[in-house]
Amino acid sequence: MTGLFSEVFLGALLFGAITASVPLLLAGLGEQMSEKAGVLNIGIEGMMIFGAYTGFVAAYYSESLWLGFLAGAVGGMVVAAIMALLCVRLGLNQIVIGIGLTLGFEGLTALLHHFQFSRTYPRLPAAQATVIPLLSDIPVLGPALFRHHLLVYLAVLAVLVMGYIYRRTQFGLNLQAAGDKPAALDVAGVDVVRTRSIAVFTTGALAGLGGAYLANVGAGIFVPFITNGAGFLGVVLAMLARGRPSWVLFGALVFGLCLSLTTAMQVAGINMPTDVIQMIPFLAVMGMLLAFGRKSSLPAALGIPYERGAR
Amino acid sequence: MSAQVTSGAASLSPAGGGGSAALRRFGLAVGPVLAALALAGLLLAALGVNPFEYYGYVLQRGLFSPSGIQQTLTRMAPLLCIAAGLIVAFRAGIWNLGVDGQFLLGAVTAAAAAPFLVTLMPVWLAWLVTFVLAMLVAMAWSLAPALLKAYQGVNEIITTLMMTFLGTSLANVLVKLVFLDPGTTVPQTRTLPVEDRLPRLFDTTISGGLVLGLIAIVAVHIMMTRTDFGLKLRVVGANPNAAIHAGLPVPWLTVVVFALSAGLAGLAGAVDIIGVQGNVRADWNPAYGLTVIPMVFLARFNGFAAIIYVLLLSVLSIGGESAARRLGVPNHFTLVLVATVLIVLAIAEYIDHRYQQARRA
Repeated sequence: MTGLFSEVFLGALLFGAITASVPLLLAGLGEQMSEKAGVLNIGIEGMMIFGAYTGFVAAYYSESLWLGFLAGAVGGMVVAAIMALLCVRLGLNQIVIGIGLTLGFEGLTALLHHFQFSRTYPRLPAAQATVIPLLSDIPVLGPALFRHHLLVYLAVLAVLVMGYIYRRTQFGLNLQAAGDKPAALDVAGVDVVRTRSIAVFTTGALAGLGGAYLANVGAGIFVPFITNGAGFLGVVLAMLARGRPSWVLFGALVFGLCLSLTTAMQVAGINMPTDVIQMIPFLAVMGMLLAFGRKSSLPAALGIPYERGAR
Repeated sequence: MSAQVTSGAASLSPAGGGGSAALRRFGLAVGPVLAALALAGLLLAALGVNPFEYYGYVLQRGLFSPSGIQQTLTRMAPLLCIAAGLIVAFRAGIWNLGVDGQFLLGAVTAAAAAPFLVTLMPVWLAWLVTFVLAMLVAMAWSLAPALLKAYQGVNEIITTLMMTFLGTSLANVLVKLVFLDPGTTVPQTRTLPVEDRLPRLFDTTISGGLVLGLIAIVAVHIMMTRTDFGLKLRVVGANPNAAIHAGLPVPWLTVVVFALSAGLAGLAGAVDIIGVQGNVRADWNPAYGLTVIPMVFLARFNGFAAIIYVLLLSVLSIGGESAARRLGVPNHFTLVLVATVLIVLAIAEYIDHRYQQARRA
């Protein structure tokens, strides 16, 4: 063992942190869009796990990671379609349906996996990294940050895209209005249900993609309940980020670092329950909330279904 | 109608009168369950399992066999306590999604305290002290979300979810580092001797915790529907702004609701440990909370209806566990079934709501 602060250890720690944070980032960005539009999406855990499953199955049979990611996004959108139909179009309780979708798809994927793979537990080959020239030659940081699968860079790019959508486009404004004062958006001639549905579908695609990355690249294998609360972490990140995509990125990195630290410490042979490390980000967030807790800046109409003409 | 905030399963309009309304309610309660059983049965058939054989086996093992029904009734004890806690919170409009963390910390507290206390005092007193301790710890765990919700308006969904992640980790840390049984190599707490656990009812193997669970949920139901305190909580739940204008101390009531809800979840943990498990193993997390939440919605926050649905959940889980061993269908199927019931019910209620509107118009 070469000690805690060797280059190898730090490199592995950072590399793991990025890998662990990508699913959280995608889930957080997706949830953020839903919440902006006024839909509290507790079903995101179900979208992630279904994306992880469809993504893994597609990648396994097609031997193409990209087809896997595509299938993951589609899988997430299938769950999102149910959510959009029931909660946006019909206006049913978002928390009830969200919990229902999460439970249902956790169970369904575990069941399907049991009947399909439980005797074999197949593994995918390690993902091919896209090496960014020059930058990847920086000592320690280079290999840790710039030798990832292409999707990782795309996920970071998505932060910028989201920021652009929210600040510079009409659709971004529509989203905001759908979350803050849907009736005003309706009066302005924009279809609230359509705006919110687009947001929910985007959430599904991003969460499914995050799930597929988690299974195909992060783990290389699908096991039941593999997302293990990553979707709920996405909800937490989105609410803490107060509508800013860059804050989601920052939060995802912090949580990813803590997740990576738990594995790294086990590898380094340090005898401490990993649960201690896993508590750190939550403790930090709760501490910050208690110390600086201001009125939360959530959209006014969050969680309230829109019904035209209802007072 | 501006009470749409808690619409869906929560706001079944009490409109209509007489027997036809009761019949409608009955149909709305039973119809979706049957429809969901049929839908989930199609899934089983698609997976190559005979649904009739599966359901028959689950019913036989979970309800109609002597050992099965006793296991089922024992399983109900912690679930009823959790359901009681959820009813208090949901009726007051507070989304306590952190019951699993509160449950686990209550369980660890009970597992740490009970084996020690029974050596000091009479068994009944040890139980009582353990229950109180477990409830207090769980209440303390809910304090941060409660204060943030009451005085800062921070959304409780996010804070209780975080506290559940934290609580699950903390429970593990406590089991692995603090309350570790030095006598075994398995990471777990000291085991409460079988003779010091809650008594079994009559000549059966049903844990006495069932009585506690039933008392808890009936007491909560009466409190919420028959006392002025319950009325205050329901006003807060229906319209917090109106509650403030009516002069109700909303922040204080919020903290009290959190404490009651979390305390009952902690009690559930203690009941499960003292009644059945005897100890807490590292990484033990039955995650009862997430499956009880749908039951409470199905029961529309009615305590007596919740008893029925919790019984159904227990039959499905106990029978499902047997079926997993015998028929090779993992008991994850129970999750699918519960979720299907929930979603079908929400849709049924929507259709009913529309139908009633159309008839009134």
